[in-house]
This record gives sequence, C-alpha cells and structure tokens, in this order.
Amino acid sequence: MNITGTHIAYLHTCHRKLWLFANGIQMEHTSQIVAEGKLIAETTYLDRARKYTELELDGIKIDYYDAKNQVIHEVKKSDKVEHAHFAQVKYYLYILIKNGIENPSAILEYPKMKQRQIVDWDEGDLAEVEKWKSECSAITHQYDCPPLLKKSICKKCSYHDFCYAGEEYEL
Amino acid sequence: MKKTYYLFNPGRMSRKDNTLKFTPVDESGKEGMPKYIPVEGVSDFYCFGSLDANSALYNFLGKNGISVHFFDYYEHYTGSFQSKEYLLAGKMQINQTQHYLHTGKRMAIAQKLITGAAFNMSKNLKYYHNRGKDLEIQLTKIDLYAQEIENTTTISGLMGIEGNIRQVYYQAFDIIIKDHAMEGRSKQPPMNELNALISFGNMMCYTLCLDQIYHTQLNPTISFLHEPGYRRYSLALDLAEIFKPILVDRIIFRVLNKKEIQSKDFDFHVNKVILKESGKKVFIRAFEERLNETIKHRTLNKQVSYKSLVKLECYKLSKHLLEMETYQPFKIWW
Repeated sequence: MNITGTHIAYLHTCHRKLWLFANGIQMEHTSQIVAEGKLIAETTYLDRARKYTELELDGIKIDYYDAKNQVIHEVKKSDKVEHAHFAQVKYYLYILIKNGIENPSAILEYPKMKQRQIVDWDEGDLAEVEKWKSECSAITHQYDCPPLLKKSICKKCSYHDFCYAGEEYEL
Repeated sequence: MKKTYYLFNPGRMSRKDNTLKFTPVDESGKEGMPKYIPVEGVSDFYCFGSLDANSALYNFLGKNGISVHFFDYYEHYTGSFQSKEYLLAGKMQINQTQHYLHTGKRMAIAQKLITGAAFNMSKNLKYYHNRGKDLEIQLTKIDLYAQEIENTTTISGLMGIEGNIRQVYYQAFDIIIKDHAMEGRSKQPPMNELNALISFGNMMCYTLCLDQIYHTQLNPTISFLHEPGYRRYSLALDLAEIFKPILVDRIIFRVLNKKEIQSKDFDFHVNKVILKESGKKVFIRAFEERLNETIKHRTLNKQVSYKSLVKLECYKLSKHLLEMETYQPFKIWW
C-alpha cells in the first residue's frame, strides 16, 4: 500500500479516520474547515510558488520544498493536533533521507497563529517512522472499521456527521 | 452556503472568467440583461426551461463539482450532467453489491426502508388526525400492515405490503385535502391535479436523493428495495421512500389547502394533467423553504437542515454496508 503523509497524520489523530480514508471513504470535500485550511495554504505566502518547488516522491507530495537548503515547508491552520503534524513531516524527512538527501529538515508553519516550528531528523526517528508505517498497514487492512472514540477533536473533524449520524429511538 | 438554482426561463449560460453568466433569451430570440452567478455559491442547477450552453461551460461546472439536472416539458426527470465520479471506494462498492446479492441482507435493508416510510406516512396522518380530520381507520390499517413488514421474506411480498400501505395512505388524502379529489393514484400520466402534484413532488424528491447520493461513496445504481439499475438510479428511489412523506406530501397538503396552488396552475389535456410553470414555481419555493428549515438533530446535537437529513441517511446506510452500525431509518419525531 502507498502510505502518504495524510495516512501518517491520521494514524496520530484517529484510527477510525485512517481506516475510512484508506478505504476510500473520504469526506474532506464536505468540510468548511478543510476548505479554510486549503485557502490559508494557498494564499498566505504568495511568493512561495516561485521560491520553492512542489515535490512528488515515493507517493508523497510536498507542496513547498526548498531544494537549496533541503527544507520542507508545511502550512497548517491550527496546532490542535500538532503531534500529527510532527509525525507527518517526520515521514516526509524519512522519505527524503531514503532517497539520498542529506540532512533535510522541516518547518511547520501556522500563519494564522503567527508561529513556526522547526522539525529536525533525530536519532531513533528511523525506527519510530517504520513502526508507524507498519501500524498504518495493519489498521488499513483490517476488515472492521475501528470503533468510534468520542473525543473533543471530533467536533471539528470532516467525518463528524458520518460518525455521529444515527437515530436515537434505537437506544 | 451553496444554493440550488432552478432555471425556468430559456437562455444562455456561459463562463465569464470565474463566474457564471446567464443571459435570458425571449421567444423572438432577443437577449435580456445578463445575470451573474458566483460559482462558489452554486450547488446544482435544475433545468426546466431550455438552456443553451457549450462544453467550456460544462468543463467549468465539472471542475467545480456542480451538477445540472434536466427535465422535459412534462416535468419528467430526463438526466443529469455530473462531473466524473470523484468519490470511488472499492470496498464500499463491493460491500454494497454483497448486501444486494445476499437475500437476507437485502431484505433487512429493504424492510427498514419500508418501516421508515410507513412511520413517516402515519406521522403525517396523525398530524391531521389531531387537527380534527378523522383518520382513525387509515391509521389502524397502516399500523396493521406495518406489523407484517418484518415477517416478509421476499421483495415482492414486501412490495405488496408497501402497496397496501400506500393505497390506504392515499385514501386519506381525500379527507385531508379540501377541494381536490384524489380519485386513486394515477401516474404516467397523472389524470388529475392532485396526482400531477404528487408526480412532480416525487420527482423532485428523487432528484434530491440522487444528488445527495452522488456526494457520498454509495453507488446510485445498486439498490435494495427497488430492482437495481432498471432505467433509473434506483438507490435514489429507495431513499426517496423515507423522505416523500416528509418533504413532498406535507407541502402538497399546504399548497392545496392554503390555495397557493389552484386549478389555474394546471394544464388539462384529454389524457393527462400537468403542472404549469406558475404551479411548479410555487411548489419549488415551498420545497426549498422546507429543505432549508432546520431541526435540532438528536445524535449530532446541532441544527441540521431537512436537506442534510438525506445526506445523513446516506451516511447511515454507508455505515451499515461497511458493517459498522445497523441501519435505522429516519423517523420524524416532531
């Protein structure tokens, strides 16, 4: 299976979301919040397109890659699930290293919050990322969808209505 | 919030930069003042008049995920333009097929659909019963038929019960509606005003369901109650069963009893009656109002529109097919 940055991010957000997404049940097109995030990424740094390149490699897609300094720029709307963003760019770094790029690093950018976060490749990350990869395949290949875990992040998730739609009279 | 646009007037739709431009054209071919419609605000178009457009326009609509639904002069649904299927999910397709092929699994869904439909029909009758229309007999009969639903083992048996329920239900229309007689249900073609209105309303409901299914991973041709793929997107017919009483019938009662639609809004022919444009406009306005009305949803715990109830039904069905949760039909609770 082709594992993308989205898979790794969802592994760190919600296993159910990962399973649904990997099985083609995609909801992003219905979400205002996703649309807003996309808009922020597209309109914040207007000189980006000239300075950086878009990079597609081993099934991942990096929107802004600074090839001169080997730096990945990843724009996010909010740091609500920051650990998932971390994991996502760690996975990008892993792919770059596997392809022979030396000492890459990443910057997570939160333009709305006026914050940025540098992510380096550390010792021990290799084993960690490979563990995530196998967890990803295990979850996406299991027959059943992981159960609903009611979390506070559910409210802003594009799968919210899908997960919570039901009829009360059966309860 | 994206909106549905209903096009009655003939004219030309074109792309103007990143906006849509509609130029009305009158009978003599004279162009009127163009209207501009921002593309972000459009969910879909319903075309009742004649629309002139080129492939550049359809490419533009396709890229923006906007569907165009077409209807002929007799207000039949004739087809849709939809952008390429963008939500394909192999697992869903396979599971949906399996649920169709396995008689027990298919029956389980089909029974739920009829149960929901029967409940919503009863609810309509109860509303009028509580307002002084004596519908005791009809309510009792529907209740008795509904109890047989779970004992059915074949689709044809289930359809038989559905037919019985609907017959009793339509009898009640003569008690609810003041000035228009039902005289039994007639379709293809409808023989009187009430039947013409029901046909038009059901067609609107069907198209709405189709459009909502399109925005999910469900395959519209694989259905459970109706035979799949027979000339129509039959899954939309399945879902419409649940929503017709809520979205269509209540509006019919309203527009007729309040005289918003009258005999002058129909065209009478020797062998059929059809709704005139004036009547269609009144019905669609009421239908749109209804779709945008919101209720506090009990499991989502937020306000949702009647329109999104249809999408939520698709989600519940999806979860059933993926064996995540057993499907329970929507039953109106207010």
